[in-house]
Amino acid sequence: MNLSRRQMLVLLPAAAVAWKSVLAGTPEDSPNYKMTDHWWGMLIDIPKCIGCGNCVRACQTENDVPDGYFRTWVERYHVTDENMVSPEVISPDGGKEGFPVAAEDAGKYFFVPKMCNHCADSPCTQVCPVGATFVAPDGVVLVDQKYCLGCAYCVQACPYGCRYIHPKKDVADKCTLCYHRITQGLTTACCEACPTGARQLVDLKDPKDPIHEFLKTHSVQVLKPQMATGAKAYYYGLDGSVR
Amino acid sequence: MSTFKDAGHLFRFAGLFVLAFLIFLVVRHYVVPKSFGQYGHYRGAAIGEIAAHPAKFAGHETCEGCHADVADKKKAGKHAHVNCEACHGAIYQHLPVPEQPKPNLYERFVVLIIHPMPPDPPLLRHAEDPASVKPELPDTAVLCIRCHTASAAKPKGFPQIVPADHYPGPPCGSCHQPHSPAMDAGGAK
Repeated sequence: MNLSRRQMLVLLPAAAVAWKSVLAGTPEDSPNYKMTDHWWGMLIDIPKCIGCGNCVRACQTENDVPDGYFRTWVERYHVTDENMVSPEVISPDGGKEGFPVAAEDAGKYFFVPKMCNHCADSPCTQVCPVGATFVAPDGVVLVDQKYCLGCAYCVQACPYGCRYIHPKKDVADKCTLCYHRITQGLTTACCEACPTGARQLVDLKDPKDPIHEFLKTHSVQVLKPQMATGAKAYYYGLDGSVR
Repeated sequence: MSTFKDAGHLFRFAGLFVLAFLIFLVVRHYVVPKSFGQYGHYRGAAIGEIAAHPAKFAGHETCEGCHADVADKKKAGKHAHVNCEACHGAIYQHLPVPEQPKPNLYERFVVLIIHPMPPDPPLLRHAEDPASVKPELPDTAVLCIRCHTASAAKPKGFPQIVPADHYPGPPCGSCHQPHSPAMDAGGAK
């Protein structure tokens, strides 16, 4: 690289200004959104899920998720009477294009949509060596992709397998609970696209949110409760065989 | 002073230590982003940057602003709770990315620093330019069976058909009106 003294003199101040902009960040603040007024989660109503894959496709469109990677996906469980502890689980292409027809035979079938559980005590944020992933004040687990090194420690730490290394950006990527939407008063793309209402965005700090009544009157479970992650993806109708 | 008579080397060492600490503070001041620690052990500005990602699904309220007739028909039918973009796709569509001239060395250097992440391609909303951005008209032969093909895995109360037995041949849309599909509720075409 041949640089003249003149080019160098032009380059250095420009680089300094640019670097300052990176350090300061230039966020576009959402008007009327106060982080401390919200505590986001998700309600997943398993008996309503038909495995159409709308949520997976919507998420990929909304968040530019590369092919073969998933911020949300749908699994189909087949539990036979003889083997309740080792169900057969399939998720072809994340359930994006639906599932093969399930034959009416022994046992039961059901769909389980999976996504980041936005844990309040998330293992993934605790292992990050540089502070690139964190639980925001409104309870959403986010990744600062400008700060992430791509070490994949968080990918290993997530007990739910919800993170991946973005193949083009080489940094950790995951569900943001459509942070850019919920801060604007919209629901998530997966909830918007779900035809049966099997997914519902919930705000636990909003006293008017129907989630409070739902939690009072229904049996609701989280995935891997024994790990005490403070998961906020609440599953209604969750079978004991789901891992 | 006799106490410190032979302690010169210690003072020099302490001086070096203080100097190193001052250098550390100066470097730290410039290297650690300003918003780091604003809310916790992370860069506070990152929250705003993530929130700035453009939305592509506008929500059914946006569609209903112009297509009130369809919304009314839908509200009375069995698809009342199915949002528009669940079938029609996102209202925002990516514009074709124009061919960029190859950046020169200076541009490459500055762009590399300001945009460490690849920028999002431009977006245009159907509502902003209905003529040039049209959501794809869904193919009912694909769309309907994705949800309604009979499968033991689906909830028992959900309406399901075996496509091969259920009037094979013409696409679903030739008999059913997708916005209000039940035949007995005036949904027939």
